[in-house]
Amino acid sequence: MALTGLQIYKLLPQTNCKECGQPTCLAFAMKLAAKQAELKQCPYVTEQAKAQLEAASAPPIRLVTVASDGVKIEAGNETVLFRHEKTFYHKPGLFIRVKASDGVEAIKAQVSKASAYVVDYVGIKLGVDGFAVEAPGDGAGFAAAIGAVREASRKPLILIARDPDVMAEGVKAAQGITPLLYAADETNWPKMVEAAKSARAPLAVRAESLEILATLTADIKKAGLEDLVLDPMARGYGESLTALTQIRRLALKKNFRALGHPVITFPGEANADEMVLAAQHIAKYAGFVVLEAFDPATAYPLLVLRQNIFTDPQKPIQVQPGLYEINSPNGDAPVMVTTNFSITYFAVNNEVEGSGWPGWLVVADAEGMSVLTAWAAGKFDAERIAKAVKNFNVEGKANHKRLIIPGQVAVLSGELEEALPGWEIMVGPKEAVDLPGYLKVMWKQKQGA
Amino acid sequence: MPTVVEIPREKWTGRVREVTLGATTAQGGTRAKTVTVGGEGTLPFLHFDGAIPHPPALAVEIKDRKPDDWSPLLYEVWGEAMDDPGDWAHAAEVAGADLLILTLSLTTADGKPNTPENARAVVRKVLKATGLPLAVLGPGQAERDNELIVPVAEEAKGERLLIGVCEDKNYRTIVAAAMANDHLVSSKTPMDVNLAKQLVILIHDMGMPLERIIMDPTTGALGYGIEYGYSVMERLRLAALQGDSMTQQPMIVTPGEEAWKAKESKVGEGVPESWGDWKRRALNWETLTASSLIHAGADVVVLRHPETLARVKDMAANLMKAR
Repeated sequence: MALTGLQIYKLLPQTNCKECGQPTCLAFAMKLAAKQAELKQCPYVTEQAKAQLEAASAPPIRLVTVASDGVKIEAGNETVLFRHEKTFYHKPGLFIRVKASDGVEAIKAQVSKASAYVVDYVGIKLGVDGFAVEAPGDGAGFAAAIGAVREASRKPLILIARDPDVMAEGVKAAQGITPLLYAADETNWPKMVEAAKSARAPLAVRAESLEILATLTADIKKAGLEDLVLDPMARGYGESLTALTQIRRLALKKNFRALGHPVITFPGEANADEMVLAAQHIAKYAGFVVLEAFDPATAYPLLVLRQNIFTDPQKPIQVQPGLYEINSPNGDAPVMVTTNFSITYFAVNNEVEGSGWPGWLVVADAEGMSVLTAWAAGKFDAERIAKAVKNFNVEGKANHKRLIIPGQVAVLSGELEEALPGWEIMVGPKEAVDLPGYLKVMWKQKQGA
Repeated sequence: MPTVVEIPREKWTGRVREVTLGATTAQGGTRAKTVTVGGEGTLPFLHFDGAIPHPPALAVEIKDRKPDDWSPLLYEVWGEAMDDPGDWAHAAEVAGADLLILTLSLTTADGKPNTPENARAVVRKVLKATGLPLAVLGPGQAERDNELIVPVAEEAKGERLLIGVCEDKNYRTIVAAAMANDHLVSSKTPMDVNLAKQLVILIHDMGMPLERIIMDPTTGALGYGIEYGYSVMERLRLAALQGDSMTQQPMIVTPGEEAWKAKESKVGEGVPESWGDWKRRALNWETLTASSLIHAGADVVVLRHPETLARVKDMAANLMKAR
């Protein structure tokens, strides 16, 4: 939690020596609060005050980075409990569990398939973020498995081992990258901390209660390791919602440093529907989610959900208003109109494109809202549509004057015929998915006429 | 010495209203049971902050006739039951629905406009076929809604149906019919906190008790704007808990309808390979849309596929267990 100028002032020498370049210590404190000055500009600040000020300026949830070959997965630094309050910043990393016991060849096959996976969602390429390699009983087997995963994928890793000696072998095998080490617990933590330090890697900490977890993280921080990730071991639907909400609240509302870290979850370890629980973790406060297996039919909806929840609510994804060509249209092709909300645009574009119909798509400036929302807000009315048709020179491209409007705004057809003299307004289907069928029947009819 | 962790708790001043759907014989209807929703004094499933007296009610949507444009996966699972609204209602009850949502079609099977007589007959049939509480919604066009829902309200007088759709431009007729025949209304607004609140005020101003209004804040499917609906619901629920009286209605949402419109659920051919197995993906799409909205505060969730119903039911039951 940021300190005010006055709170900072109390920690300064209050001698008004001016060596920092400011006329008084209070003025310097104000500059510090506004982040327009740096503490090191004061030559006389005490070590104790420095530590206090640094602690206070740190984010309530520490940013933890897992990386490999130039790919970074960051978690933490969140500032709100609800996305509408500001936004959620760091999408939780989705990792696929790989068991060393499966053997090197099976691992390679499994990992290369999941690693190569890319799915397109409204023009954004989505995929899984990395792999969580689970150690067998011995270090050599762990190293071999990690080697196999690295051969098949350059994506970041989580190393899972409970025995610190096995973990140490894993760390060696993963040299050159920054994996997340999972996990330290009450019994093994001193040696796990050594492994994490030698790898310069973040360490996950697991415990069955928030009290024990907080005690452990405090001890580990005293031992000099700050990049920690929490596993509260709350596996079921209700347990995890409660624990993750409490951890987020403690960090944001109480600035409780011991639990001010991202959380890792294993939805497949619960007696639950893994995907449904993973979805809860995406919306409610996980930083890393480990899935038991890779399946496109599960990964795709989860990746889309993550994209949706982590969209900045203040900035809907928009496309540039304009006249878009679909399947190289000529002058006879149908003219359709929709809004510039990206999801709406892509839904319409994909349908028409997929059907093979050539078409002109007028994308009106509706301030990034979907058809019904824009219409309700007065951002997609006859005036705006007419303006778009005129401004984008539709009459210069099409050799007919027929405009297909979304069925949701059928009520606009009368006004539109007045706003666009000479145009025939055709009411299209309510849903983009029905456009191909509509064109096949209604547009063909018009062409025949 | 373990560290002391003091959990920050919310002290909410408001609470969601309880609304009961359906009436038993003793209450003037013919339902075998009633369903009460709402009453929450805390955010979804945060039992440590307050009480959650009722689980979310899971509804299955059926139609007055076999629909023309549903996904093949839905025809496959309901099979011949879809040919008769009574059979369909029975099948939905067997599948484990808490209540049924009957949506009336714009036209009959032969393409002619739907009629009040047909609407009455279908509702009568469905009420006979099942003991579950029932909601009946019009096709969603103001004039047609009024024409079909008013006779339905009369036909089922005393059953405490949830009827609609009440929208900003068309609510008076349906609210009047609900008041005259002891029903509840669904107040639907397009993804906006203030519009949702405003319509509840307008309906209440006509004399409808707040205990008989459920609000439908409208949602998008996963990938098609779910984040808007999700956040509007979170904001409405926070307002309710903070004591804003006209936002304290239980919320109904239709993830089934929304998700099955999405190409991801609807079709299995001509889609990218990266979308994965069609059936699993389709069911996941409906399930995730529903489960996410339940986490945002949905009280009545309308679904279309029985497998989704079972998955969501299991989640809801587990979320209801207090720690």
